[in-house]
Amino acid sequence: MKKIESKHLLGLEKISKKDIETIIDVGFTFREVLERPIKKVPVLNGKNIVNLFFENSTRTKISFELAEKRLSADVTNFSASSSSVQKGETLKDTIQNIHVMKMDCVVMRHPVPGSCLQLTNYVDVPIVNAGDGTHEHPTQALLDMMSIKERFGKIEGLNIGIIGDILHSRVALSNIYGLTKMGANVKVCAPPHLLQRGIDKLGVSVCYDVDDLIDWADAINVLRIQRERMGIGLIPSTREYRTFFGITNERLSRHKKELVIMHPGPINRGVEIDSEVADSDQAIILDQVLNGVAVRMSVLYLLLGSKDFE
Amino acid sequence: MSKRILNSKGNILLKNGRIYDPFLSINEENDLLISDGFVKEIKKNIEIKKDFDVINCDGKIITNGFVDIHTHFREPGFEFKETLETGSTAAIYGGYTRVCTMPNTNPVIDTPELVKFIVDSSHNLPIYIHPIGAITKGQKGLELAEIGQMVQAGAVAVSDDGLPLTNSQLMRYALEYSKKFGIPVINHAEDCCLVNQGTMHEGDVSLNLGLVGNPDISESTMIYRDLAIADYVGGSLHIPHVSSSKSLDVIKFFKEKGVDVSVEVTPHHLALTDKALQSYDTNAKVAPPIRSDIDRESIQNAVCSGLINCIATDHAPHSIIDKERDFNNASCGMIGLESAFGVTNKVLKGKKTVESIIDLFTINPCKVINIKPNLIMEKELAELNIIDPDIEWEFKSSSIKSKSSNSPFIGQKLIGRVMMTINKGFYINNF
Repeated sequence: MKKIESKHLLGLEKISKKDIETIIDVGFTFREVLERPIKKVPVLNGKNIVNLFFENSTRTKISFELAEKRLSADVTNFSASSSSVQKGETLKDTIQNIHVMKMDCVVMRHPVPGSCLQLTNYVDVPIVNAGDGTHEHPTQALLDMMSIKERFGKIEGLNIGIIGDILHSRVALSNIYGLTKMGANVKVCAPPHLLQRGIDKLGVSVCYDVDDLIDWADAINVLRIQRERMGIGLIPSTREYRTFFGITNERLSRHKKELVIMHPGPINRGVEIDSEVADSDQAIILDQVLNGVAVRMSVLYLLLGSKDFE
Repeated sequence: MSKRILNSKGNILLKNGRIYDPFLSINEENDLLISDGFVKEIKKNIEIKKDFDVINCDGKIITNGFVDIHTHFREPGFEFKETLETGSTAAIYGGYTRVCTMPNTNPVIDTPELVKFIVDSSHNLPIYIHPIGAITKGQKGLELAEIGQMVQAGAVAVSDDGLPLTNSQLMRYALEYSKKFGIPVINHAEDCCLVNQGTMHEGDVSLNLGLVGNPDISESTMIYRDLAIADYVGGSLHIPHVSSSKSLDVIKFFKEKGVDVSVEVTPHHLALTDKALQSYDTNAKVAPPIRSDIDRESIQNAVCSGLINCIATDHAPHSIIDKERDFNNASCGMIGLESAFGVTNKVLKGKKTVESIIDLFTINPCKVINIKPNLIMEKELAELNIIDPDIEWEFKSSSIKSKSSNSPFIGQKLIGRVMMTINKGFYINNF
């Protein structure tokens, strides 16, 4: 069976290119499994996976849960309300619970960067980062890359744009690490104050003009504008955002080109992207959702599996 | 706890050491005899008698006790982190005979009664404690505390500690009013809005870690404000734990204009960079944050040029519960009293003479807070350190005397150590 070097999936910054390739390749195999009449394989029989969600999540959690069930793992869900985290529920408490429960793998989402890495100091089972604050969301970037590869047959040499609130986006950071590692050209486009200072040091170029980005890109990843960023002075209004950064039908029709459009969801229709665009043929947003299950199956299988499944 | 001198006559003979007392401008080899806690005799070749404890000080420097102008002992209110007693023990094991405690306890040290409580509590401890009173009542930044009466009770400076004085007019009042009492005002220089809940230095490392960055301008803009006010109204400003190159540029500008300003740096800002946080080590999470390579280099240069004139530990004990948590919720600060000299000396060795390194711990901080320790001369109470500037030793968790052990220096090899400290009739032996 195929193997990866990584013991955990904490992020795409430190993982090797080879491991990313393997995860995506195996992801395509699972994608085929998901097309079968019986979509379940017995590769993680008897393995206990706990989904620890310290932050609200709908689709990532469902996607992981589905992936785990389709691999025949036993699934335990643990959702801490965000208030108990704010009150300072310590990682140590979490860790002790996991030890006692004898879990084989932890999938964790946490509002604070680095939490998954901290967990590895205390637990010797594989940890999968399902999003740690504004740091990384590696499975999202893996499914994005898988979707790009599905559409273009490759990743290397493509021009990929990322647009939106880059500063607060773990999706953006993981995509930047993953895509640059795989040889894509990455350009980020955002209001200047929603970009990390020195982001060009991550090997990406920067632009403030969506039309320039559209002209340049083979595919764009449109990030969701989080409502909580508004009202604190970061985004003056949704209409102002839409005026300068919205992927509108009108804007796209001015550019006579094939452009693949991605979005990690959930979509704010009419804000960062128009309904017509999100539902058009050039959008691969629903493929991303399906690839999300497949790539998460791939990750869990490669970290935990011990036998072939085909 | 430290041991009192046990033998009946209490005679300790320090043989063949080099005595360096910058207060007396002495720097020469001599023997030194201590009897019953006092310096009895200083001369060459003191004859050894049979009831003497003889300490071979060959290659060692006998110098004044260290003075830390920035310490947190957590009592009253947070005794689970540190008490006056455990803190004092940590201090004397690090060579400190005097420390200035910050007022951010519960209650806040903002009245003469509370200052007196700290001073009185220290009488039986092995070190002298000089409290720093709050600038404003309850550290709330709203109205001046009883600064004058606190000074009468023993306060040597005022500070709202970790809470920057955001009201500029109040900063003006504090600088003006403190002139009457001859004490410095210490303001934690950070513009809280620019800090923006940043948990580490904003730079390449914060970018990689996805942590919110606290930019260097949060400090330099506040220091500019404070120095501009001090330039306008006078008064004495002491800048705590300077962390950035930009701040040093600002300080240099105002110092050259003649503003009465003194500057401290912590051993950790002198020795570390933000790379210490690469694995989200909460023990390296401090405020202001440890910054970039460039900042560290500027800090080291400023210590060498004299722009920075003191080492202060910002000894900030925190329990495991405060530190073993996610990065955003972990408390800021690290302990420092026991590692300060070894860390500082290791960094500055070869860049500065050992005497001028010692000055950063002794005469310079004394000048800031205007105190005079017991000097190394006959008939004075012995308050001194025996230092081996060359010894390499490991800072071990098991040897920490502080109640807390939050330090990123644990397990590291340090260079230079205080081998023995004698103060108030106590002696601490690290030989």
